[in-house]
Amino acid sequence: MTANRGQGATTETRTDSSTESVTERVAGSPGVDDAVIESRDLKVFYGDDQALQGIDMEIPEKQVTALIGPSGCGKSTYLRSINRMNDLIDVARVEGDLYFHGKNVYDDDVDPVALRRKVGMVFQKPNPFPKSIFDNVAYGLRVQGKDDGDVEGKVRQALERAALLDEVEDQLDSSGLDLSGGQQQRLCIARAIATDPEVVLMDEPASALDPVATSKIEDLVEELSRNYTVVIVTHNMQQAARISDKTAVFLTGGHLAEFDDTSKIFENPESQRVEDYITGKFG
Amino acid sequence: MSTETETPFGEPTDDIERKRLIGRVFVAICFASTLVGIVALVALIADVLYESWGWVTWEFLTYPPSQVVENFMPDARGAGIYPAIVGSVFLIALTAVFTIFLGVGAAVYLEEYAAESRLKSFIEANIANLAGVPSIVYGLLGLAIFVRAVQMGSSLIAGALTLTLLILPIVIVSTQEALRAVPDSQRQAAYGVGATKWQVIRDVVLPRALPGIMTGTILSLSRAIGETAPILMVGASTSLFVAPDGLTSPFSAMPMTVFDWAKRPEPEFQHIAAAGIVVLLTILLLMNAVAILIRNKYDPRA
Amino acid sequence: MSGADRTVNISNGNSEVNDRTSSIVKYVFFSCALVTVLTTLAIILVLVQGSFVFFREVSIVEYFTGTDWSPVIRPRSYGVLPLIWGTLVITLGSALIALPVGTATAIYLSEYADPDVRKVIKPTLEILAGIPTIVYGFFALSFITPLIQRVFPETGTFNAAAGAIVVGVMIIPMVSSLSEDAMSSVPDDLRNAAYGLGATKFEVSTNVVVPSALSGIIASYILALSRAIGETMAVTLAVGMSPQITANPLESMQTMTAYMVQIGISDVSIGSIGYQSLFAVGLTLFAMTLAMNLFSLWIKSRYREEYQ
Repeated sequence: MTANRGQGATTETRTDSSTESVTERVAGSPGVDDAVIESRDLKVFYGDDQALQGIDMEIPEKQVTALIGPSGCGKSTYLRSINRMNDLIDVARVEGDLYFHGKNVYDDDVDPVALRRKVGMVFQKPNPFPKSIFDNVAYGLRVQGKDDGDVEGKVRQALERAALLDEVEDQLDSSGLDLSGGQQQRLCIARAIATDPEVVLMDEPASALDPVATSKIEDLVEELSRNYTVVIVTHNMQQAARISDKTAVFLTGGHLAEFDDTSKIFENPESQRVEDYITGKFG
Repeated sequence: MSTETETPFGEPTDDIERKRLIGRVFVAICFASTLVGIVALVALIADVLYESWGWVTWEFLTYPPSQVVENFMPDARGAGIYPAIVGSVFLIALTAVFTIFLGVGAAVYLEEYAAESRLKSFIEANIANLAGVPSIVYGLLGLAIFVRAVQMGSSLIAGALTLTLLILPIVIVSTQEALRAVPDSQRQAAYGVGATKWQVIRDVVLPRALPGIMTGTILSLSRAIGETAPILMVGASTSLFVAPDGLTSPFSAMPMTVFDWAKRPEPEFQHIAAAGIVVLLTILLLMNAVAILIRNKYDPRA
Repeated sequence: MSGADRTVNISNGNSEVNDRTSSIVKYVFFSCALVTVLTTLAIILVLVQGSFVFFREVSIVEYFTGTDWSPVIRPRSYGVLPLIWGTLVITLGSALIALPVGTATAIYLSEYADPDVRKVIKPTLEILAGIPTIVYGFFALSFITPLIQRVFPETGTFNAAAGAIVVGVMIIPMVSSLSEDAMSSVPDDLRNAAYGLGATKFEVSTNVVVPSALSGIIASYILALSRAIGETMAVTLAVGMSPQITANPLESMQTMTAYMVQIGISDVSIGSIGYQSLFAVGLTLFAMTLAMNLFSLWIKSRYREEYQ
């Protein structure tokens, strides 16, 4: 296996097997037995600015993990480093390791395209393609060569899981842009899960939506965690408290202040700064 | 290298490899296409320079044309493009006067006075359409209106008016952009001290938009100076031995003279035509350089 | 009385002079804008009136169905089809070059090129559009045609192929610049959505960016074609003045515009049938380009709605 990029000391102490590195936990990090995603001293730079300060975190399988924190704290940067969307930003540079099923996704032999097929993403602003509803959902299947066999069945199933099928059943051929904002976002979720990824990353998926549409998305997120590992960035603390199993609190400058069960974070956080943030003293 | 690594990313790596290969071929094709235009440009300039080599002399710039090839040769009696240079300069100077007046006036009306109405969108759609009318049709218009109906004959002024109508749509659109770039706060400040609309336009908007207006106008004029078809229809002369001396005198112009030379069968005239093109392109280049200088000097973003 | 004296005068009485200047100025500016409308009316009037005189002598049916064009030299015949054919060959030939090359260039500049590279290449290509068309005619005669003759020795001095090639090169920047603008305005959200689904860059470019920018790309195609139809000096020099319907691009032909130049530089007397034919051909040309320009405007206006 090729050397980890741009990184020395911390990786050399470990072997590459994920099972061993899981046992070798950083102090203070809670125990997660079935981690799908695991970051070790992950740093992200935009040019000269460091957006993430060595993040260690383990994200459990088939649960909802919320990333919260004030704006500019690096929570979205962390999310985007999971499926290497940061690669698309010219000035972005990543150091440290991020393991997906024990495989460092920043190894040289990892193809970000293959990674993104396993780790789907839903963006802040609904971004349906200017195509029909059907073609939007089928797009991922086509790109990934999964469009043999029952495309229509897969599309309908994805729309069903995204709780959108009932509303659009008889207009699958009309443009995805004709839907309301909330429907567009559920369409984007359907598009992301149609290809059956393992992980679904969500970057403030409800921030552009009204309260009714937001609550539909929240219900959907809980539902999705039966089949998928969901990592969701949100600026809305109540939302994180409602829908997530684990919560990570990022604080200004790209530090991970605390990561634990959601109930613990909201009821009895370890650090004073997190408590201040949760109770609204700053942020 | 990655085929044996057990990645959790599943089976379809071959598929991705194949797509990446197609992608690389695709980029290569796109890049090669980009080169087509660049190579054509280089070939064109190289061809003109090669054909004209040794033919652009001082005599070529200062003597009238001749039907006899030998006269163009170095150390001969001397023959060249002089009347056409003067004709082109007069033509463009006149066109500039008409264009600036009409173009700025129309743009100010559309941007500062006209309400968002059907009339405004009709005028703007009309301008967009005029910009797409072939230049030779403007030539027919000039022939029928200025040369024949108004009885100007095949004169300098008829040519200039024809070219004015040709470039007017482009000048109006570029002037509108320059006016739009003037911040509204500037207008409000002037209104705030009690200026009338006309005073606001005259004292605030136009001075501020001037560099943009100049840049757009010069670029349009540099298009006009290379136009052959409109002035050909108006009746520009191909073999005039004296420079024009008045608004109503017959005229020649550089592209017209080049056209006359280029269509002659004698091979020497190819070199002479190339020499004429070098002069024409040099003047074009100077005009563009001036436009870019003005833009860079006054562009607030630069 | 003293109370009235202290009243501040804000009625427009004391600014009568300013008012008059303002309204005069407004009408002056309005007349400038009106010139553009009058230009369109004058073009239509001149062409229709001239054509009307022409069609008093010549039957419209013969004009649009005849395959022989010789309005000046006896035996006279007035079938415009050979001129339309010449124009079509040049337009389609140039499209064959400019549309694929221009589109691929636009994709490269919008999706792949480094911003610094794009900043140099885009204006460089736009120089091609700023070179006078007469220069392209010269380039065809002195460079392109000899090149073709090396491969096909039977090629004539004047031939359609050279004309189509130089016109194609001339309109590349219209396609590449306008298409690039359309592609650059496709929101990055859409690209990210596709990347997030595991699409490769190639797939993002071809099945997301290009379809999303399609109306802008098509509008650029139509504008470029309309420019090729109206292109005059390059085709006059390169293609020649032999109106004929032939499928051989190595032969000389004549376009509508080149015919107008031929009459323009000859000494046909005003009012003769040859002179009047200018207006009939001009009207045909104007109608074709107008239809294409309107079509392109319509497509662009639809496109604008789509993204708001």
